[in-house]
Amino acid sequence: MASNHPLIESRQQEVIEDFSVFDDWMDKYEHLIDLGKDVPVIDDARKTEEHLIKGCQSRVWLAADVADDGGVIFTADSDAIITKGLVGLMVRVLSDAPAQAIAEANLHFLDAIGLHQHLSPTRSNGLASMVQQMRLYAAALAARQS
Amino acid sequence: MATTSLPERIRRDFPVLQREVHGKPLVYLDSAASAQKPLAVIEGQREYLSNYHANIHRGAHHLAQLATEAYEGARTNLANHIGASGTEEIIFTSGSTDAINLVAQSWGRHNLSKGDVVLVTQMEHHANIVPWQMACEAHGARVEPVNVHADGTLDLEDFHACLETHQPKLVAMVHASNTLGTINPISDLCRAAADAGALTLVDGSQALPHMSIDVAHLGCDFYVATAHKAYGPTGIGFLWGKKEHLEAMPPWRGGGEMIQRVSFAGTTYNSLPHKFEAGTPHISGGIAFGIALDWMKGIGMDEIAAHEADLVAHAHSALGTVKGVRIIGTAPHKVGVVSLVAKGIHPYDMGTLLDGQGIAVRTGHHCTEPLMDHLGLESGTLRMSFAAYTTTREIDVAVAGLERALAMLR
Repeated sequence: MASNHPLIESRQQEVIEDFSVFDDWMDKYEHLIDLGKDVPVIDDARKTEEHLIKGCQSRVWLAADVADDGGVIFTADSDAIITKGLVGLMVRVLSDAPAQAIAEANLHFLDAIGLHQHLSPTRSNGLASMVQQMRLYAAALAARQS
Repeated sequence: MATTSLPERIRRDFPVLQREVHGKPLVYLDSAASAQKPLAVIEGQREYLSNYHANIHRGAHHLAQLATEAYEGARTNLANHIGASGTEEIIFTSGSTDAINLVAQSWGRHNLSKGDVVLVTQMEHHANIVPWQMACEAHGARVEPVNVHADGTLDLEDFHACLETHQPKLVAMVHASNTLGTINPISDLCRAAADAGALTLVDGSQALPHMSIDVAHLGCDFYVATAHKAYGPTGIGFLWGKKEHLEAMPPWRGGGEMIQRVSFAGTTYNSLPHKFEAGTPHISGGIAFGIALDWMKGIGMDEIAAHEADLVAHAHSALGTVKGVRIIGTAPHKVGVVSLVAKGIHPYDMGTLLDGQGIAVRTGHHCTEPLMDHLGLESGTLRMSFAAYTTTREIDVAVAGLERALAMLR
């Protein structure tokens, strides 16, 4: 796999470092809850079926736009706090990067911070669906740009 | 003399209860989804697979005979356990869902026609709604629900009104609700349904592990349950039906085992119960199901029921002190199920933070979406569910864990 875009790679390293201080799941969750508070929130008007991610026990909305500099801006929200933290974590790593780089990103940090188990499609938090949707948005934006 | 509690006596029979999750001792409060297995069941299945596995009913050899005896012995055991009049009334299925589908498809094909009604309750599991919707759709019939009160009890007035208004062909209802814990007054309901000319199917999935079942006393026409919620393996359950109904019903799956003679000129079907059991069954599951029934009988269903009633009372009182928590389902007679919501908090968040502390619960709609809609709980509930091995201390740990979770989420 091609190496990551430098922005995505450095963000992943930051997250890995942040999580390295926690050895207890409750501390990781506490941190996720905090991350959720920093999510750039999707406009209420866009909280429609179109932006709803399927496969979560809670509701997650996600939208992707392109900034003037060409980077992708994700906005999101969820009615569950931990899910909002998970989506916040993904937004933190992927936002502002070029669309093509997001579509192709190697998200090795999920393994490194022990969230890999949350990526299994059987999990009800829908992290796998979130990641997939972010890649789809990015691929669509990249196709439009080219 | 000091008496030891039920869990103290039996917990060592459950190897999984000794393990840790996320570095904490496992507190397993998801027995209504699936109960853990005692050593007798684990070893029984192993013993069959190690010593006398063979296909049943047909083999001319010694192992086939041993396997057949054990599997049919489990059927006899089950027939005795639920008060059936004979083994021909016990059809092994893959579980309750499969058993309900069998009746919906086989009985439904011959008995449902345009304008007919199948009556269900608002507290049914999807498994006791969707098969009826499918059967009704195929025959121009429809499914109507009986109201459930806000406290989780069945609206008996509405039940009688529905019998009168809809004149249903069949009433399908849950013995004990998997979401609310409510134990329905099944024998009264069956009597009323019979008086109104309706057959009755009772979903006993949550009742089998919690109380003694006597189908003759209940007065139903069909009773279904699954083994894995009653300390047995997954993939095996049963349909009990009155012989006259089962005799009249056509087979719904074709294949081996269910035939008497096959030719291209025409095929004749096997007798009960085999005409409904096409293909090689879950032999090890059936045998271990019988062992699970023996295990429960060894303790005594009354003792299990009393223990779980104590656990429910303990949980209700402990949760009563947690700010913002509301118990969903406060019927006077409940199995070991306690559902709850917390104001402004998503059940999924609570469940995740309990899991982080080694406490296993279930969150969501529990396959009862119509009930959740009816009660206005769009995100569902958090459900703690108990079994014979559950301790009051585990409930205390879970309640403390819940308080910690709520503090993090508020």
